Amino acid sequence: MSQLALVIDLNVCVGCHACVTSCKEWNTNGWAGPMTDQNPYGESPSGTFFNRVQTFEIGQYPNTETVHFPKSCLHCEEPPCVPVCPTGASYKRKEDGIVLVDYDKCIGCKYCSWACPYGARELDAEQKVMKKCTLCVDRIYDEKLPERERRPACVLACPTNARLFGDVHDPDSTVSVAIREQGGYALMPEWGTKPANHYLPRRKTRITLHKDELERVDNPLKKEGLAKADDSRQTLDDTTSW
Amino acid sequence: MHPALSVILLTTLIGVGQGLFLALYTGQVYSLIQLIPMQESQRFYANGAAVSLAFLIAGLIASFFHLGRPERAWRSATRWRTSWLSREVIVLPIMMALVFTYAVIHYFGWTQPLFTLPGDMPIDASLIVGALGTLAAFALFLSTGMIYASIRFLQEWASPLTVINYTLLGGASGFTLAAAFSAYLGLDLVGFFGWWAVVLTLAAAVTRISSLIRNRRLKHKSNLQTAIGVRHNRIQQKAQGAMGGSFNTREFFHHRGPGAMAFMRLAFLILVFPVPIALLASAWFSHSEYLALAAFAVQYIGLLAERWYFFADAQHPQNLYYQTVS
Ligand code: SF4
Ligand code: SF4
Repeated sequence: MSQLALVIDLNVCVGCHACVTSCKEWNTNGWAGPMTDQNPYGESPSGTFFNRVQTFEIGQYPNTETVHFPKSCLHCEEPPCVPVCPTGASYKRKEDGIVLVDYDKCIGCKYCSWACPYGARELDAEQKVMKKCTLCVDRIYDEKLPERERRPACVLACPTNARLFGDVHDPDSTVSVAIREQGGYALMPEWGTKPANHYLPRRKTRITLHKDELERVDNPLKKEGLAKADDSRQTLDDTTSW
Repeated sequence: MHPALSVILLTTLIGVGQGLFLALYTGQVYSLIQLIPMQESQRFYANGAAVSLAFLIAGLIASFFHLGRPERAWRSATRWRTSWLSREVIVLPIMMALVFTYAVIHYFGWTQPLFTLPGDMPIDASLIVGALGTLAAFALFLSTGMIYASIRFLQEWASPLTVINYTLLGGASGFTLAAAFSAYLGLDLVGFFGWWAVVLTLAAAVTRISSLIRNRRLKHKSNLQTAIGVRHNRIQQKAQGAMGGSFNTREFFHHRGPGAMAFMRLAFLILVFPVPIALLASAWFSHSEYLALAAFAVQYIGLLAERWYFFADAQHPQNLYYQTVS
């Protein structure tokens, strides 16, 4: 059984919100729409989103780092939100693991949103049914679209390629390789929800240089007493290509 | 969590209805084994069951205001295999039907013994229906409590104490109402129901205060580190992705300060436990029906505060993602 998922690379996300707007644009018009807004141009706009980008600051000045954190339904493999639904409107698809809400069955009781530890579900304030990320189920299988566009709208929109999409059960997929090789992790592992979506951590490329790597130990000039432990002077290393 | 009025009313009202029914049936069983005098079928049991039914119906009506799409509410009975909410949706009407039947049997006086148990105990239809109703009442307490207790990451709720509190508090308020009801009818049962009410109220005080202590000591399993997966002791949110709030800020926060929490806690600790006990005791001594009614009214108001606090007290892990607007 496959399990489709997103892998989000926090190392390259720049927090531009392109995925947010692209998600809203696609989904409000599509199968999962509308995603209504309240007071969109007013003082405190509010509305339904499947995907939001949040920003966190790690550390204390001056040692701080900004992490932009896109957040959407993680399509958990053990979704606690599904069994609690009294109507069966919330379900997880067997064939690809996508967690969906059937808007025609949902009674808007909000119980599933209580049962999601990640706050990934939002009740549409106008339609009064529960909404959440669909992994663009209405486009990833659409054969009318060219093959490269059969991916979630957020993935296509991301200018830094911070969002990878694929089957995390296929060990050779891009997403599985990325999780395995680049330290992909799950959010709140303490609840055993087994999120399908993973995050790739911030990665620093560091190289450790030891003193003897900067200074040639076997510099022949040293033997002749010509090279002193004086960094300001040129050494043979600086002038000669050995 | 945001304490929604509809859910506060639903859980407190059906709790009273269930408790009152349990009280009536307890009274009937006690009079069967001749520990208390037999009551008139129609006046006491039929009217009492009607009052219980009225509370259950009021609770049901309140629950509809919680739903976004109440017209589809019938669908919520379909997932009883996995969802406690669905089980509650099924048990509540069953309970109502049994209470209704119980009232009808007593109203028409169909209480001729069907058979007699050894020890000269005549069993009539109302006793059988009442026994089923009692089962339904406990099943309903269990379902209501488990709706909250089964969400494991709402750690304040995820405890057997939640179910026990729902049962004892509902029972206490129901028995208090039974005492008030018999005082109102001028029956000599204020002492009987009053005693039960006091015992249940005291038991509820023990378990509810235990859960307050438990929740005060609670260590939350999730924190910002596990929420975003960054291991650093100092993480601060700078933006939550929305300026004017969202469902996540409306549904999961009570937006009140610690002062309001402390006030509500004090209010329910006083109004649910000591005041009704004092009023019941004085009602018993003074034979005043008003004091007994006041005991119920005060306890019910206290229970509204208790339920408000129950919801407001629960810290949902999703709140970690919604600490700062921008
Ligand atoms: S992230 Fe939340 S809504 Fe999505 S599958 Fe997991 S528990 Fe359900
Ligand atoms: S809000 Fe809708 S999808 Fe969620 S539990 Fe209730 S009926 Fe199910």
